[in-house]
Amino acid sequence: MTLRPARILLYAILGLFCLYYLLPLYVMLVNSVKPLQEITSGGMMELPQVWTLAPWHNAWSQAQVGVEATGLKPYFLNSLLMVVPAVTIATVLGALNGYVLTKWRFRGDTILFGLMLFGCFIPFQIVLIPMARSLGFLNLSGTVGGLIFVHVVYGISFSTLYFRNYYSAFPTELVRAAEIDGAGFFTIFWRILVPNSGPIAVVCVIWLFTNIWNDFLFGASFSDFSSQPMTVALNNLVQSSTGEKEYNVHFAGAIMAALPTLFVYIVAGRFFVRGLMSGSVKG
Amino acid sequence: MAAHPAPSARARLRVLLPRLVLSPSLALVAFFVYGFIAFTTYLSFSDSKMLPSYGWVGFQNYETLFSLRMWDIAVTNLAIFGILYIVICSFLGLMLAILLDQHIRAEGFIRTVYLYPMALSFIVTGVAWKWFLDPGIGLEAVMHDWGWTSFEFRWIKDRDMAIYTIVIAAVWQTSGFVMATFLAGLRGIDSEMLKAARVDGAGTFAVYRRIVIPQLRPAFLSAFVVLAHMAIKSYDLVVALTNGGPGNATAVPSTFMYSYTFTRNQMGIGAASAEIMLLTIAAVIIPYLWSELKEDKR
Repeated sequence: MTLRPARILLYAILGLFCLYYLLPLYVMLVNSVKPLQEITSGGMMELPQVWTLAPWHNAWSQAQVGVEATGLKPYFLNSLLMVVPAVTIATVLGALNGYVLTKWRFRGDTILFGLMLFGCFIPFQIVLIPMARSLGFLNLSGTVGGLIFVHVVYGISFSTLYFRNYYSAFPTELVRAAEIDGAGFFTIFWRILVPNSGPIAVVCVIWLFTNIWNDFLFGASFSDFSSQPMTVALNNLVQSSTGEKEYNVHFAGAIMAALPTLFVYIVAGRFFVRGLMSGSVKG
Repeated sequence: MAAHPAPSARARLRVLLPRLVLSPSLALVAFFVYGFIAFTTYLSFSDSKMLPSYGWVGFQNYETLFSLRMWDIAVTNLAIFGILYIVICSFLGLMLAILLDQHIRAEGFIRTVYLYPMALSFIVTGVAWKWFLDPGIGLEAVMHDWGWTSFEFRWIKDRDMAIYTIVIAAVWQTSGFVMATFLAGLRGIDSEMLKAARVDGAGTFAVYRRIVIPQLRPAFLSAFVVLAHMAIKSYDLVVALTNGGPGNATAVPSTFMYSYTFTRNQMGIGAASAEIMLLTIAAVIIPYLWSELKEDKR
Protein backbone atom coordinates (compact mmCIF):
# COMPACT_ATOMS: atom_id res chain seq x y z
CA MET A 1 0.00 0.00 0.00
CA THR A 2 1.39 3.40 -0.93
CA LEU A 3 1.21 6.20 1.55
CA ARG A 4 -0.52 9.39 0.59
CA PRO A 5 1.18 12.65 1.67
CA ALA A 6 -1.45 13.19 4.36
CA ARG A 7 -0.63 9.78 5.87
CA ILE A 8 3.08 10.56 5.80
CA LEU A 9 2.44 13.83 7.62
CA LEU A 10 0.27 12.01 10.13
CA TYR A 11 2.98 9.47 10.93
CA ALA A 12 5.60 12.24 11.07
CA ILE A 13 3.59 14.14 13.68
CA LEU A 14 2.93 11.04 15.75
CA GLY A 15 6.62 10.11 15.54
CA LEU A 16 7.67 13.59 16.60
CA PHE A 17 5.52 13.33 19.69
CA CYS A 18 7.04 9.93 20.48
CA LEU A 19 10.42 11.67 20.51
CA TYR A 20 9.03 14.42 22.75
CA TYR A 21 7.72 11.95 25.32
CA LEU A 22 10.83 9.78 25.18
CA LEU A 23 13.34 12.64 25.34
CA PRO A 24 13.52 13.00 29.17
CA LEU A 25 13.81 9.22 29.55
CA TYR A 26 16.63 9.21 27.00
CA VAL A 27 18.35 12.07 28.84
CA MET A 28 18.10 10.22 32.14
CA LEU A 29 19.31 6.91 30.71
CA VAL A 30 22.34 8.06 28.69
CA ASN A 31 23.53 10.47 31.34
CA SER A 32 23.31 7.87 34.07
CA VAL A 33 26.02 5.80 32.38
CA LYS A 34 28.38 8.65 31.55
CA PRO A 35 31.30 10.21 33.43
CA LEU A 36 30.36 13.57 34.96
CA GLN A 37 32.66 15.73 32.84
CA GLU A 38 31.03 14.51 29.62
CA ILE A 39 27.78 16.06 30.89
CA THR A 40 29.22 19.32 32.16
CA SER A 41 31.06 19.91 28.88
CA GLY A 42 27.77 20.18 26.99
CA GLY A 43 27.34 16.58 25.88
CA MET A 44 23.99 15.87 27.53
CA MET A 45 22.35 14.64 24.34
CA GLU A 46 25.24 12.49 23.15
CA LEU A 47 25.82 8.81 23.80
CA PRO A 48 28.60 8.23 26.33
CA GLN A 49 32.16 8.15 25.01
CA VAL A 50 33.12 6.15 28.07
CA TRP A 51 30.39 3.86 29.39
CA THR A 52 30.34 3.46 33.15
CA LEU A 53 28.05 1.99 35.78
CA ALA A 54 29.75 3.94 38.55
CA PRO A 55 26.89 6.49 38.85
CA TRP A 56 24.41 3.66 39.43
CA HIS A 57 26.64 2.07 42.03
CA ASN A 58 27.15 5.45 43.63
CA ALA A 59 23.44 6.35 43.71
CA TRP A 60 22.46 2.96 45.12
CA SER A 61 24.95 2.52 47.92
CA GLN A 62 27.32 5.46 48.35
CA ALA A 63 25.69 8.82 47.70
CA GLN A 64 25.25 11.24 50.58
CA VAL A 65 21.48 11.39 51.05
CA GLY A 66 20.84 11.98 54.71
CA VAL A 67 23.41 12.36 57.43
CA GLU A 68 25.32 9.31 56.30
CA ALA A 69 26.52 8.30 52.87
CA THR A 70 24.24 5.31 52.48
CA GLY A 71 23.05 5.78 48.93
CA LEU A 72 19.38 5.36 48.07
CA LYS A 73 19.17 1.69 49.01
CA PRO A 74 17.68 2.07 52.52
CA TYR A 75 15.08 4.52 51.20
CA PHE A 76 14.10 2.20 48.39
CA LEU A 77 13.52 -0.46 51.06
CA ASN A 78 11.50 2.03 53.15
CA SER A 79 9.25 2.65 50.16
CA LEU A 80 8.76 -1.09 49.64
CA LEU A 81 8.01 -1.64 53.33
CA MET A 82 5.49 1.18 53.17
CA VAL A 83 3.78 0.38 49.90
CA VAL A 84 3.13 -3.35 50.29
CA PRO A 85 1.10 -3.29 53.55
CA ALA A 86 -0.64 -0.01 52.67
CA VAL A 87 -1.82 -1.34 49.31
CA THR A 88 -2.91 -4.67 50.78
CA ILE A 89 -4.95 -3.19 53.63
CA ALA A 90 -6.57 -0.46 51.53
CA THR A 91 -7.52 -2.97 48.83
CA VAL A 92 -9.13 -5.43 51.25
CA LEU A 93 -11.11 -2.68 52.98
CA GLY A 94 -12.14 -1.24 49.61
CA ALA A 95 -13.42 -4.63 48.43
CA LEU A 96 -15.52 -5.09 51.58
CA ASN A 97 -16.89 -1.56 51.34
CA GLY A 98 -17.74 -1.98 47.67
CA TYR A 99 -19.51 -5.25 48.50
CA VAL A 100 -21.65 -3.62 51.20
CA LEU A 101 -22.42 -0.54 49.13
CA THR A 102 -23.70 -2.55 46.15
CA LYS A 103 -25.10 -5.82 47.51
CA TRP A 104 -26.34 -4.83 50.96
CA ARG A 105 -27.69 -1.41 50.21
CA PHE A 106 -29.43 0.63 52.86
CA ARG A 107 -31.06 4.02 53.07
CA GLY A 108 -28.52 6.81 52.67
CA ASP A 109 -25.73 4.64 51.29
CA THR A 110 -25.21 6.81 48.20
CA ILE A 111 -24.72 9.88 50.38
CA LEU A 112 -22.22 8.01 52.57
CA PHE A 113 -20.39 6.89 49.44
CA GLY A 114 -20.38 10.46 48.11
CA LEU A 115 -18.91 11.66 51.40
CA MET A 116 -16.19 8.99 51.17
CA LEU A 117 -15.52 9.85 47.56
CA PHE A 118 -14.85 13.49 48.35
CA GLY A 119 -11.85 12.17 50.28
CA CYS A 120 -10.22 11.27 46.93
CA PHE A 121 -10.10 14.89 45.92
CA ILE A 122 -9.26 16.94 49.01
CA PRO A 123 -5.98 18.85 48.89
CA PHE A 124 -3.94 17.04 51.51
CA GLN A 125 -2.66 20.35 52.85
CA ILE A 126 -5.96 20.52 54.73
CA VAL A 127 -5.05 17.46 56.84
CA LEU A 128 -1.30 17.98 57.33
CA ILE A 129 -1.45 19.84 60.64
CA PRO A 130 -3.91 17.60 62.50
CA MET A 131 -2.32 14.46 61.01
CA ALA A 132 1.12 15.46 62.26
CA ARG A 133 -0.36 15.78 65.76
CA SER A 134 -2.38 12.57 65.55
CA LEU A 135 0.66 10.55 64.47
CA GLY A 136 2.50 11.96 67.47
CA PHE A 137 -0.40 10.98 69.68
CA LEU A 138 -0.42 7.43 68.22
CA ASN A 139 3.35 7.22 68.68
CA LEU A 140 3.79 6.78 64.94
CA SER A 141 5.66 10.01 64.15
CA GLY A 142 8.56 9.54 61.78
CA THR A 143 7.97 5.83 61.28
CA VAL A 144 7.16 3.69 58.26
CA GLY A 145 4.12 2.49 60.24
CA GLY A 146 2.84 6.06 60.39
CA LEU A 147 3.14 6.43 56.62
CA ILE A 148 1.33 3.11 56.09
CA PHE A 149 -1.47 4.36 58.31
CA VAL A 150 -1.79 7.66 56.44
CA HIS A 151 -1.80 5.98 53.04
CA VAL A 152 -4.44 3.45 54.13
CA VAL A 153 -6.69 6.22 55.48
CA TYR A 154 -6.55 8.25 52.27
CA GLY A 155 -6.41 5.19 49.98
CA ILE A 156 -9.72 3.72 51.15
CA SER A 157 -11.73 6.29 49.19
CA PHE A 158 -10.11 5.18 45.94
CA SER A 159 -10.31 1.46 46.56
CA THR A 160 -13.96 1.75 47.63
CA LEU A 161 -14.71 3.67 44.43
CA TYR A 162 -13.13 0.99 42.26
CA PHE A 163 -14.82 -1.98 43.91
CA ARG A 164 -18.19 -0.27 44.19
CA ASN A 165 -18.24 0.52 40.47
CA TYR A 166 -17.14 -2.99 39.60
CA TYR A 167 -19.49 -4.86 41.92
CA SER A 168 -22.48 -2.76 40.88
CA ALA A 169 -22.32 -4.59 37.52
CA PHE A 170 -22.17 -7.98 39.26
CA PRO A 171 -25.61 -9.72 39.29
CA THR A 172 -27.25 -9.14 42.65
CA GLU A 173 -29.59 -12.12 42.02
CA LEU A 174 -26.62 -14.47 42.55
CA VAL A 175 -26.04 -12.95 45.95
CA ARG A 176 -29.72 -13.22 46.91
CA ALA A 177 -29.91 -16.81 45.66
CA ALA A 178 -26.88 -17.77 47.76
CA GLU A 179 -28.49 -16.08 50.73
CA ILE A 180 -31.64 -18.15 50.31
CA ASP A 181 -29.43 -21.22 50.22
CA GLY A 182 -28.23 -20.21 53.67
CA ALA A 183 -24.88 -18.58 52.87
CA GLY A 184 -23.89 -15.77 55.21
CA PHE A 185 -22.44 -12.34 54.55
CA PHE A 186 -18.78 -13.35 54.57
CA THR A 187 -19.33 -16.70 52.83
CA ILE A 188 -20.98 -14.93 49.90
CA PHE A 189 -18.17 -12.40 49.74
CA TRP A 190 -15.44 -15.02 49.94
CA ARG A 191 -17.00 -17.67 47.68
CA ILE A 192 -18.85 -15.57 45.10
CA LEU A 193 -17.50 -12.01 44.93
CA VAL A 194 -13.78 -12.52 45.59
CA PRO A 195 -13.25 -15.19 42.89
CA ASN A 196 -14.76 -12.75 40.38
CA SER A 197 -12.75 -9.72 41.46
CA GLY A 198 -9.48 -10.40 39.59
CA PRO A 199 -9.52 -7.55 37.08
CA ILE A 200 -10.63 -4.81 39.47
CA ALA A 201 -8.20 -5.98 42.15
CA VAL A 202 -5.39 -5.59 39.62
CA VAL A 203 -6.58 -2.10 38.68
CA CYS A 204 -6.91 -1.09 42.30
CA VAL A 205 -3.53 -2.48 43.34
CA ILE A 206 -1.76 -0.79 40.44
CA TRP A 207 -3.42 2.54 41.14
CA LEU A 208 -2.65 2.46 44.86
CA PHE A 209 0.87 1.16 44.28
CA THR A 210 1.65 3.96 41.82
CA ASN A 211 0.13 6.67 43.99
CA ILE A 212 1.72 5.55 47.23
CA TRP A 213 5.13 4.82 45.71
CA ASN A 214 5.11 8.24 44.03
CA ASP A 215 3.81 10.17 47.03
CA PHE A 216 6.00 13.01 48.17
CA LEU A 217 3.89 15.29 50.39
CA PHE A 218 3.14 12.75 53.15
CA GLY A 219 6.64 11.33 52.96
CA ALA A 220 8.19 14.77 53.33
CA SER A 221 5.83 15.75 56.16
CA PHE A 222 5.66 12.66 58.33
CA SER A 223 8.98 10.82 58.05
CA ASP A 224 12.45 11.24 59.48
CA PHE A 225 15.80 10.04 58.16
CA SER A 226 15.15 6.47 59.21
CA SER A 227 11.79 6.19 57.44
CA GLN A 228 11.97 8.49 54.41
CA PRO A 229 10.54 7.04 51.22
CA MET A 230 12.42 6.99 47.92
CA THR A 231 10.85 10.16 46.47
CA VAL A 232 11.92 12.27 49.45
CA ALA A 233 15.43 10.80 49.42
CA LEU A 234 15.79 11.45 45.69
CA ASN A 235 14.72 15.05 46.16
CA ASN A 236 17.22 15.47 49.01
CA LEU A 237 19.96 13.97 46.87
CA VAL A 238 19.27 16.34 43.99
CA GLN A 239 18.65 19.49 46.03
CA SER A 240 21.62 19.06 48.39
CA SER A 241 23.87 22.04 47.91
CA THR A 242 27.08 20.63 49.28
CA GLY A 243 29.89 19.77 46.91
CA GLU A 244 29.82 19.33 43.16
CA LYS A 245 26.50 18.43 41.57
CA GLU A 246 26.81 14.86 40.33
CA TYR A 247 24.21 14.95 37.59
CA ASN A 248 24.93 11.41 36.45
CA VAL A 249 24.24 10.12 39.98
CA HIS A 250 21.02 12.15 40.12
CA PHE A 251 19.82 10.63 36.87
CA ALA A 252 20.67 7.11 38.02
CA GLY A 253 18.75 7.76 41.24
CA ALA A 254 15.77 9.15 39.34
CA ILE A 255 15.59 6.00 37.22
CA MET A 256 15.75 3.84 40.36
CA ALA A 257 12.81 5.77 41.81
CA ALA A 258 10.92 5.35 38.54
CA LEU A 259 11.67 1.67 37.88
CA PRO A 260 9.03 -0.02 40.07
CA THR A 261 6.12 2.00 38.67
CA LEU A 262 7.48 1.87 35.12
CA PHE A 263 7.79 -1.89 35.43
CA VAL A 264 4.18 -2.16 36.57
CA TYR A 265 3.05 0.10 33.73
CA ILE A 266 4.89 -1.91 31.10
CA VAL A 267 3.73 -5.35 32.24
CA ALA A 268 0.18 -4.32 33.09
CA GLY A 269 -0.39 -1.14 31.08
CA ARG A 270 -3.92 -2.14 30.11
CA PHE A 271 -5.00 -2.21 33.75
CA PHE A 272 -3.08 0.97 34.49
CA VAL A 273 -5.08 2.83 31.85
CA ARG A 274 -8.35 1.46 33.19
CA GLY A 275 -7.40 2.67 36.64
CA LEU A 276 -6.71 6.15 35.32
CA MET A 277 -10.04 6.21 33.53
CA SER A 278 -11.97 5.41 36.68
CA GLY A 279 -10.81 8.77 38.00
CA SER A 280 -14.02 9.85 36.32
CA VAL A 281 -16.10 8.35 39.14
CA LYS A 282 -18.30 6.02 37.13
CA GLY A 283 -15.57 4.10 35.30
CA MET B 1 -42.14 -9.88 68.36
CA ALA B 2 -40.58 -11.62 71.30
CA ALA B 3 -42.43 -14.73 70.15
CA HIS B 4 -39.88 -15.37 67.38
CA PRO B 5 -36.54 -14.50 68.93
CA ALA B 6 -34.39 -16.66 66.63
CA PRO B 7 -35.43 -15.31 63.20
CA SER B 8 -35.49 -11.78 64.52
CA ALA B 9 -31.91 -12.05 65.77
CA ARG B 10 -30.85 -13.41 62.42
CA ALA B 11 -32.72 -10.71 60.58
CA ARG B 12 -31.14 -8.10 62.75
CA LEU B 13 -27.71 -9.53 62.11
CA ARG B 14 -28.46 -9.51 58.39
CA VAL B 15 -29.19 -5.79 58.62
CA LEU B 16 -26.41 -4.94 61.05
CA LEU B 17 -23.46 -6.93 59.76
CA PRO B 18 -22.97 -5.03 56.47
CA ARG B 19 -23.11 -1.72 58.30
CA LEU B 20 -20.70 -3.05 60.89
CA VAL B 21 -18.25 -3.99 58.14
CA LEU B 22 -18.54 -0.59 56.54
CA SER B 23 -18.25 1.33 59.78
CA PRO B 24 -14.46 1.22 60.39
CA SER B 25 -13.84 2.83 57.01
CA LEU B 26 -16.60 5.34 57.59
CA ALA B 27 -15.17 6.16 61.00
CA LEU B 28 -11.69 6.66 59.50
CA VAL B 29 -13.05 8.94 56.79
CA ALA B 30 -15.28 10.83 59.23
CA PHE B 31 -12.39 11.46 61.57
CA PHE B 32 -9.41 11.84 59.25
CA VAL B 33 -11.15 13.68 56.43
CA TYR B 34 -14.07 15.61 57.90
CA GLY B 35 -12.81 15.89 61.47
CA PHE B 36 -9.46 17.12 60.21
CA ILE B 37 -11.10 19.60 57.86
CA ALA B 38 -13.05 20.95 60.83
CA PHE B 39 -9.89 21.13 62.94
CA THR B 40 -7.90 22.97 60.26
CA THR B 41 -10.86 25.29 59.71
CA TYR B 42 -10.84 26.12 63.41
CA LEU B 43 -7.08 26.73 63.32
CA SER B 44 -7.55 29.15 60.45
CA PHE B 45 -9.58 31.32 62.86
CA SER B 46 -7.11 30.91 65.71
CA ASP B 47 -3.89 32.54 66.87
CA SER B 48 -1.78 29.40 66.14
CA LYS B 49 1.86 30.10 65.42
CA MET B 50 4.37 27.28 65.82
CA LEU B 51 1.90 24.94 67.50
CA PRO B 52 -1.89 24.81 67.39
CA SER B 53 -3.43 27.26 69.80
CA TYR B 54 -7.09 27.90 70.35
CA GLY B 55 -7.45 31.65 70.88
CA TRP B 56 -10.15 32.92 68.53
CA VAL B 57 -9.06 35.77 66.25
CA GLY B 58 -11.91 35.84 63.74
CA PHE B 59 -10.96 36.54 60.14
CA GLN B 60 -7.61 38.06 61.02
CA ASN B 61 -5.56 35.25 59.41
CA TYR B 62 -7.53 35.59 56.19
CA GLU B 63 -7.03 39.37 56.19
CA THR B 64 -3.29 38.89 56.68
CA LEU B 65 -3.22 36.17 54.04
CA PHE B 66 -4.84 38.33 51.40
CA SER B 67 -2.51 41.21 52.15
CA LEU B 68 0.65 39.07 51.74
CA ARG B 69 2.62 39.60 48.58
CA MET B 70 3.75 35.98 48.55
CA TRP B 71 0.14 34.75 48.61
CA ASP B 72 -0.61 37.10 45.76
CA ILE B 73 2.27 35.60 43.78
CA ALA B 74 1.14 32.07 44.66
CA VAL B 75 -2.44 32.67 43.49
CA THR B 76 -1.32 34.41 40.30
CA ASN B 77 1.07 31.55 39.58
CA LEU B 78 -1.64 28.98 40.16
CA ALA B 79 -3.93 30.87 37.77
CA ILE B 80 -1.25 31.04 35.05
CA PHE B 81 -0.17 27.44 35.60
CA GLY B 82 -3.68 26.05 35.97
CA ILE B 83 -5.13 27.72 32.88
CA LEU B 84 -2.19 26.92 30.60
CA TYR B 85 -1.92 23.39 31.97
CA ILE B 86 -5.60 22.59 31.44
CA VAL B 87 -5.83 24.28 28.03
CA ILE B 88 -2.60 22.84 26.58
CA CYS B 89 -3.20 19.34 27.96
CA SER B 90 -6.75 19.29 26.61
CA PHE B 91 -5.70 20.60 23.20
CA LEU B 92 -2.70 18.25 22.86
CA GLY B 93 -4.69 15.33 24.25
CA LEU B 94 -7.59 15.85 21.85
CA MET B 95 -5.30 16.35 18.86
CA LEU B 96 -3.21 13.26 19.60
CA ALA B 97 -6.34 11.19 20.22
CA ILE B 98 -7.86 12.21 16.89
CA LEU B 99 -4.60 11.53 15.06
CA LEU B 100 -4.24 8.14 16.75
CA ASP B 101 -7.80 7.25 15.83
CA GLN B 102 -6.97 7.11 12.08
CA HIS B 103 -6.24 3.36 11.95
CA ILE B 104 -2.58 3.83 12.77
CA ARG B 105 -0.13 0.97 12.57
CA ALA B 106 1.64 0.38 15.90
CA GLU B 107 -1.07 2.28 17.73
CA GLY B 108 -0.51 0.25 20.89
CA PHE B 109 3.17 1.11 20.96
CA ILE B 110 2.57 4.81 20.38
CA ARG B 111 -0.09 4.90 23.09
CA THR B 112 2.30 3.26 25.54
CA VAL B 113 4.97 5.86 24.76
CA TYR B 114 2.55 8.80 25.15
CA LEU B 115 1.21 7.56 28.45
CA TYR B 116 4.25 6.25 30.34
CA PRO B 117 5.11 9.61 32.00
CA MET B 118 1.91 9.24 34.00
CA ALA B 119 3.49 6.29 35.82
CA LEU B 120 6.42 8.39 37.02
CA SER B 121 6.68 10.34 40.23
CA PHE B 122 6.54 14.11 39.81
CA ILE B 123 9.89 14.15 41.62
CA VAL B 124 11.44 12.05 38.84
CA THR B 125 9.84 14.28 36.20
CA GLY B 126 11.10 17.32 38.08
CA VAL B 127 14.68 16.02 38.21
CA ALA B 128 14.73 15.15 34.50
CA TRP B 129 13.36 18.51 33.39
CA LYS B 130 15.32 20.51 35.98
CA TRP B 131 18.62 19.42 34.48
CA PHE B 132 17.39 19.38 30.89
CA LEU B 133 16.26 23.03 31.22
CA ASP B 134 19.32 24.07 33.22
CA PRO B 135 21.30 26.50 31.05
CA GLY B 136 24.64 25.24 32.40
CA ILE B 137 24.31 21.63 31.20
CA GLY B 138 20.92 21.24 29.50
CA LEU B 139 19.35 22.44 26.28
CA GLU B 140 21.26 25.73 26.10
CA ALA B 141 24.65 24.10 26.70
CA VAL B 142 23.85 21.39 24.16
CA MET B 143 22.93 23.96 21.51
CA HIS B 144 26.13 25.86 22.21
CA ASP B 145 28.10 22.63 21.92
CA TRP B 146 26.41 21.96 18.57
CA GLY B 147 27.52 25.34 17.26
CA TRP B 148 24.45 27.54 17.79
CA THR B 149 26.27 29.82 20.20
CA SER B 150 23.67 32.59 20.33
CA PHE B 151 20.96 30.18 21.52
CA GLU B 152 19.51 31.18 24.86
CA PHE B 153 16.98 29.34 26.98
CA ARG B 154 17.15 30.12 30.66
CA TRP B 155 13.50 30.34 31.72
CA ILE B 156 14.16 28.19 34.77
CA LYS B 157 16.52 30.86 36.13
CA ASP B 158 14.27 33.75 35.13
CA ARG B 159 11.84 35.11 37.73
CA ASP B 160 9.24 36.01 35.12
CA MET B 161 9.46 32.84 33.05
CA ALA B 162 10.15 30.08 35.59
CA ILE B 163 6.45 29.31 36.12
CA TYR B 164 6.23 28.33 32.43
CA THR B 165 8.88 25.63 32.91
CA ILE B 166 6.49 24.03 35.39
CA VAL B 167 3.80 24.11 32.72
CA ILE B 168 6.19 22.41 30.28
CA ALA B 169 7.03 19.56 32.66
CA ALA B 170 3.45 19.11 33.88
CA VAL B 171 2.06 19.00 30.34
CA TRP B 172 4.69 16.43 29.43
CA GLN B 173 3.59 14.28 32.35
CA THR B 174 -0.20 14.44 31.96
CA SER B 175 -1.09 15.10 28.33
CA GLY B 176 -0.84 11.39 27.50
CA PHE B 177 -3.50 10.66 30.09
CA VAL B 178 -5.82 13.25 28.54
CA MET B 179 -5.13 11.63 25.15
CA ALA B 180 -6.21 8.27 26.58
CA THR B 181 -9.40 9.81 27.99
CA PHE B 182 -10.35 11.32 24.64
CA LEU B 183 -9.36 8.19 22.73
CA ALA B 184 -11.73 6.16 24.90
CA GLY B 185 -14.42 8.75 24.18
CA LEU B 186 -13.77 8.58 20.43
CA ARG B 187 -14.01 4.78 20.45
CA GLY B 188 -17.42 5.06 22.09
CA ILE B 189 -18.93 7.11 19.26
CA ASP B 190 -21.38 5.35 16.98
CA SER B 191 -19.54 4.81 13.71
CA GLU B 192 -22.79 4.44 11.73
CA MET B 193 -23.56 8.07 12.44
CA LEU B 194 -20.19 9.14 11.09
CA LYS B 195 -20.65 7.04 7.94
CA ALA B 196 -24.07 8.62 7.40
CA ALA B 197 -22.57 12.09 7.72
CA ARG B 198 -19.85 11.19 5.21
CA VAL B 199 -22.47 9.89 2.78
CA ASP B 200 -24.28 13.19 3.12
CA GLY B 201 -21.08 14.85 1.90
CA ALA B 202 -19.60 16.21 5.12
CA GLY B 203 -15.81 16.60 5.00
CA THR B 204 -13.51 15.12 7.65
CA PHE B 205 -13.04 18.45 9.37
CA ALA B 206 -16.77 19.15 9.49
CA VAL B 207 -17.49 15.68 10.83
CA TYR B 208 -15.10 16.23 13.71
CA ARG B 209 -16.23 19.76 14.48
CA ARG B 210 -19.97 19.16 14.20
CA ILE B 211 -20.44 15.56 15.28
CA VAL B 212 -17.43 14.06 17.02
CA ILE B 213 -16.22 16.82 19.32
CA PRO B 214 -19.70 17.70 20.67
CA GLN B 215 -20.14 14.04 21.59
CA LEU B 216 -16.93 14.09 23.63
CA ARG B 217 -18.50 16.28 26.31
CA PRO B 218 -18.25 13.64 29.06
CA ALA B 219 -14.56 13.13 28.22
CA PHE B 220 -13.96 16.90 28.34
CA LEU B 221 -15.71 17.06 31.68
CA SER B 222 -13.73 14.27 33.32
CA ALA B 223 -10.45 15.55 31.85
CA PHE B 224 -11.25 19.01 33.20
CA VAL B 225 -12.10 17.74 36.68
CA VAL B 226 -8.95 15.61 36.91
CA LEU B 227 -6.67 18.33 35.52
CA ALA B 228 -8.16 21.12 37.63
CA HIS B 229 -7.78 19.24 40.86
CA MET B 230 -4.28 18.08 39.92
CA ALA B 231 -3.30 21.68 39.16
CA ILE B 232 -4.52 22.94 42.54
CA LYS B 233 -2.86 20.06 44.40
CA SER B 234 0.42 20.16 42.49
CA TYR B 235 3.25 20.40 44.96
CA ASP B 236 5.89 17.75 44.26
CA LEU B 237 6.67 19.00 40.77
CA VAL B 238 7.22 22.58 41.93
CA VAL B 239 9.43 21.40 44.79
CA ALA B 240 11.55 19.19 42.53
CA LEU B 241 11.77 21.53 39.54
CA THR B 242 12.29 24.99 41.03
CA ASN B 243 11.64 24.59 44.77
CA GLY B 244 9.44 27.66 44.49
CA GLY B 245 12.30 29.77 43.17
CA PRO B 246 14.10 31.73 41.89
CA GLY B 247 13.26 33.63 45.07
CA ASN B 248 9.51 33.15 45.46
CA ALA B 249 8.86 33.40 41.74
CA THR B 250 7.20 29.98 41.39
CA ALA B 251 5.44 29.78 44.75
CA VAL B 252 1.99 28.20 44.48
CA PRO B 253 -0.64 27.83 47.23
CA SER B 254 0.55 24.33 48.15
CA THR B 255 4.17 25.44 48.69
CA PHE B 256 2.93 28.58 50.45
CA MET B 257 0.91 26.49 52.87
CA TYR B 258 3.87 24.25 53.65
CA SER B 259 6.32 27.05 54.18
CA TYR B 260 4.01 29.21 56.34
CA THR B 261 2.92 26.28 58.47
CA PHE B 262 6.13 24.37 58.99
CA THR B 263 9.05 26.71 58.38
CA ARG B 264 7.74 30.21 59.14
CA ASN B 265 5.68 29.13 62.16
CA GLN B 266 2.54 30.96 61.04
CA MET B 267 0.21 28.00 61.41
CA GLY B 268 -2.97 30.13 61.49
CA ILE B 269 -2.12 31.66 58.12
CA GLY B 270 -1.04 28.29 56.74
CA ALA B 271 -4.38 26.80 57.79
CA ALA B 272 -6.23 29.70 56.16
CA SER B 273 -4.37 29.06 52.89
CA ALA B 274 -5.22 25.33 53.05
CA GLU B 275 -8.83 26.34 53.56
CA ILE B 276 -8.81 28.44 50.39
CA MET B 277 -7.32 25.50 48.46
CA LEU B 278 -10.04 23.19 49.77
CA LEU B 279 -12.83 25.60 48.87
CA THR B 280 -11.45 26.04 45.35
CA ILE B 281 -11.31 22.29 44.76
CA ALA B 282 -14.73 21.79 46.35
CA ALA B 283 -16.21 24.34 43.95
CA VAL B 284 -15.11 22.09 41.07
CA ILE B 285 -15.61 18.64 42.60
CA ILE B 286 -18.88 18.86 44.52
CA PRO B 287 -21.09 19.79 41.53
CA TYR B 288 -19.34 17.03 39.57
CA LEU B 289 -19.85 14.34 42.23
CA TRP B 290 -23.41 15.52 42.73
CA SER B 291 -24.30 15.17 39.06
CA GLU B 292 -22.50 11.82 38.76
CA LEU B 293 -24.15 10.24 41.78
CA LYS B 294 -27.61 11.79 41.45
CA GLU B 295 -28.95 9.12 39.10
CA ASP B 296 -27.72 6.40 41.43
CA LYS B 297 -29.99 7.39 44.26
CA ARG B 298 -32.83 5.07 44.99
